[in-house]
Amino acid sequence: MKIIWQLFSTFFKIGAFTLGGGYAMLSMVEKAVVDKKQWIPSDEFWDMIAIVQSLPGVFAVNTALYVGRRIAGKKGAAAAMLGAILPSIVIILLLATIFREYRDLPVVERIFKGIRPCVVALILAPSLRMIKSAKLNWKTAVIPVVTVALIWWLKVSPAWVILTAIAGSVVYALIINKKVRQKEAEP
Amino acid sequence: MIYLQLLWVFIKIGVLGFGGGYAMLSLIQHEVVDHYAWMTTTEFADMVAISQMTPGPISINMATYVGYTAGGFGGSLLASFALCLPSIIMVYFVIRLMTSKKTGAFMSNLLKGLKPAIAGLIFAAGLSMMNAQNFVQIGKGENNISIVICVLAFVASYFFKANPILLIVLSGVVGYFVY
Repeated sequence: MKIIWQLFSTFFKIGAFTLGGGYAMLSMVEKAVVDKKQWIPSDEFWDMIAIVQSLPGVFAVNTALYVGRRIAGKKGAAAAMLGAILPSIVIILLLATIFREYRDLPVVERIFKGIRPCVVALILAPSLRMIKSAKLNWKTAVIPVVTVALIWWLKVSPAWVILTAIAGSVVYALIINKKVRQKEAEP
Repeated sequence: MIYLQLLWVFIKIGVLGFGGGYAMLSLIQHEVVDHYAWMTTTEFADMVAISQMTPGPISINMATYVGYTAGGFGGSLLASFALCLPSIIMVYFVIRLMTSKKTGAFMSNLLKGLKPAIAGLIFAAGLSMMNAQNFVQIGKGENNISIVICVLAFVASYFFKANPILLIVLSGVVGYFVY
């Protein structure tokens, strides 16, 4: 029972104090889970993170679920996950209630008129950095362009775009796997 | 009815949301602004700003906010839970499969293949928000401060990796004095 509570409170603290999304909390999780509590050895932790990072869904939630499950089974997973999301839910509920009450005040409206174009920039910048880091060649560079055209211009549902991209990527991943195996088979 | 819609929308986002919170932006925007019209494009932009500045996972923040706007307190809990549900199922039933090295390598290749499309997805979400509702007086020439803010924030974020929260606060201060 003690470990369940510890899992909850550890992830609650992480959820309540990390700003800047899932990846920012990674070092906090490492500090708590690997260094302080020594629940999981460092190499196993990073192996797990590498896999969890490539799974769909909320990264922080996936990490909490895996750490919780690994240490204290299904109850542990539930406790860690609740700990990770509870601060978000409480804080957002409070803020949303307040914001919806006061958003029509001229002062609030003025502040948010300044913020909105900044939000747009904060979305465009990381997407371009991502495109840059994907090291595209002239063939693969078509992918982001087509994606943008489909969603922004033709208003296609992003869900269909992702499903199509997954189908393409599965084929790609299978080919890579095959190539790796062929290389391994060579003397 | 609204509960069922929220459940379906956020389960879908939990399953298809590869590549972190920002990658879910386009999915959420399409459902919430275009399809179900639970929010205007301005409310959506405000929600992203608030979710960004609040501690915790940005996608949980957005799910809670959308759920609250569409279906009140119950809606907010339901949307956040629905977003986590695919992950819960994954961990409860296929943990062996998911944590095996072989599946891990496959998933990471899959994500590598998805990356260009995800980047395009995020970029499209940003472009869709570049409209007359979010940019004051766009194209009228008399007040293009919105564009100036956007360009400066972009440069600060892209080239200097400036702290997003700091940029949001600064542009809020600029908005307060300019408008």
